[in-house]
Amino acid sequence: MEKFVKLIDTGVPLPTENVDTDQIIPARFLKATDKKGFGDNVFRDWRYHKNGEFNADFVLNNKKYGGSILIAGNNFGCGSSREHAAWALAGYGFKVIISSFFADIFKGNALNNGILPIQVSPEYLKDLMYRVGSNPTTTIIVDLESQRLKTPIGVTEFEIDSYKKICLMNGYDDIDFLVSKKDKIEAFEATLS
Amino acid sequence: MGKTLFDKVWDAHVVDSVENGPQILYIDKHLIHEVTSPQAFNELRERNIPIARPNQIVATADHNTPTKNQHLPIKDELSRNQLEQLTKNCKENNITLYGLGHEYNGIVHVMAPELGITQPGMTMVCGDSHTSTHGAFGTIAFGIGTSQVAQVFASQCLLLPKPKKLRVSVNGKLKKGVLPKDVILYIIAQLGTNSGTGYFCEYAGDVFEEMSMEGRMTVCNMSIEMGARGGMIAPDQTTFDYVKGRKFAPKGEEFDKKVAYWKTLRTDEDATFDQEYSFRAEDIEPMLTYGTNPGMGIKISENIPTQNDVSFEKSLHYMNFKKGESLVNKPINYVFIGSCTNSRIEDFRIAANYVKGKQKASNVNAWLVPGSQQVAKQIEEEGLQHIFENAGFELRQPGCSACLAMNEDKIPEGEYCVSTSNRNFEGRQGQGARTILASPLMAAATAVEGKIIDFTKHLN
Repeated sequence: MEKFVKLIDTGVPLPTENVDTDQIIPARFLKATDKKGFGDNVFRDWRYHKNGEFNADFVLNNKKYGGSILIAGNNFGCGSSREHAAWALAGYGFKVIISSFFADIFKGNALNNGILPIQVSPEYLKDLMYRVGSNPTTTIIVDLESQRLKTPIGVTEFEIDSYKKICLMNGYDDIDFLVSKKDKIEAFEATLS
Repeated sequence: MGKTLFDKVWDAHVVDSVENGPQILYIDKHLIHEVTSPQAFNELRERNIPIARPNQIVATADHNTPTKNQHLPIKDELSRNQLEQLTKNCKENNITLYGLGHEYNGIVHVMAPELGITQPGMTMVCGDSHTSTHGAFGTIAFGIGTSQVAQVFASQCLLLPKPKKLRVSVNGKLKKGVLPKDVILYIIAQLGTNSGTGYFCEYAGDVFEEMSMEGRMTVCNMSIEMGARGGMIAPDQTTFDYVKGRKFAPKGEEFDKKVAYWKTLRTDEDATFDQEYSFRAEDIEPMLTYGTNPGMGIKISENIPTQNDVSFEKSLHYMNFKKGESLVNKPINYVFIGSCTNSRIEDFRIAANYVKGKQKASNVNAWLVPGSQQVAKQIEEEGLQHIFENAGFELRQPGCSACLAMNEDKIPEGEYCVSTSNRNFEGRQGQGARTILASPLMAAATAVEGKIIDFTKHLN
């Protein structure tokens, strides 16, 4: 996994609430057996009309906006546990998602793929969404070490599990850690009847 | 202080705790399917890590399988490849696979309980958010991402912070025609789609105590639709009677020993929850969804709310519904009875009982997709097949089918589908398809009438 320490970039505003993982990557694209290529189909049915034409109204198709930070409406990533959603967002180039609320499984999947989900207050999100919407060059600074988000709206601290923070900053994943606990796991198994 | 059902099962599975961090939770059973496992197998292969406990893993093919002519080779190359990968991965790693056509094949959350793989007090995971279904047995069961599938492959454990505890109680007596599906759709409509996020939910009260195991599975299945990773119901005599005698259930003395343990799992009187909600059974009616998330539900007697917000309006626009209107009399051309929510034998009995002696409306395509080969066999043995065939319904072969439209079973653009599945997201049942979630009884009534009706007026 790639390390994540600090990011200075612009963002893309997506105010829709309850964006589910079926929207992030529709089920018909889940037939691949590797992790590559999902970025091409992120938000497929919002980016393209059914006839294959570009939907110019969708924010990812608006050239004004760009950057590796997605600013998303409340309860982002609800629904299916498909990690393909995280692979699609990472594949497209997103490294940070800012929202006022994340669905549980998605949040874990994002962290396991080097994407940092940052939860802010609904008021902060609303102001940031408006600011970036009207000024696409707004600079957003994410500092994982100090757990701080700096934007023209203000400096705000965000929470992250301390273990997950170490993983992100060093590019570790849970597999190595769990495998290193083999003896403890076997000792636990011996206590099971 | 007393412990909850959730505490008791969780605490019995903690291997170790990371300081200021997550806990290492031991997983008893790991269920896998073709869509969310291949990348996890690849990960372990690349890192040269063996599968830790292959005998605690059970595989099935369900998400991406055809529901017609399952004996023929799969036409779609990508789908065929995905199923072949599953077969190859299971064979290489000595994992039991109930593949297409096997007598135990079926939707992962239907086949595991009916084979007795699911048992009270266990921890179970699967790369599928509806793993919450198994909580009906008093099991900690939840959906995981593919990275976590790889973690369980590598260690039979997961690293997780302990979730908070939520209890939803429903007491009283349900009205006639109100099914477990209506109960859970009502709860989600009341609480919203993110009310359960960060929590594990226990369902308690008369209504759940009196429910069959099939009904309890329907309820726990949709816990994730209010954001809860899992739902649980305390195991009782109904649970023990269901588990007893199933293929992989403990037998004889071993079973009695287990039952004695399972009886200790109930939430203690003095245990506390982080959040509690309580509802009256009498307030619940047959439910329908009108929007694009499962929290957007109304009673059959209610009208669509009038709300001014962008996401709400976007949702109604997609559904082509108007604020303040009723769904009664809306013409419907597609009906789907299936999915891990409602594809068990009880669901087909309920539908058949309503359909018996009636005819499907000519405008309706009515698809019935059993949850497993075992359910399909029961439908045949109980004579339900004739009832459905005589009424003009199309009985297909088991699988996830039109619930997520990954295979060929798609609802056409712009069409409404009254569906017993669990998600009404945009495009969930096919690009541009409009899903209305409901119970098997509502679905059967819609198929017969060709439109939504308030069938409670015809019940005696």
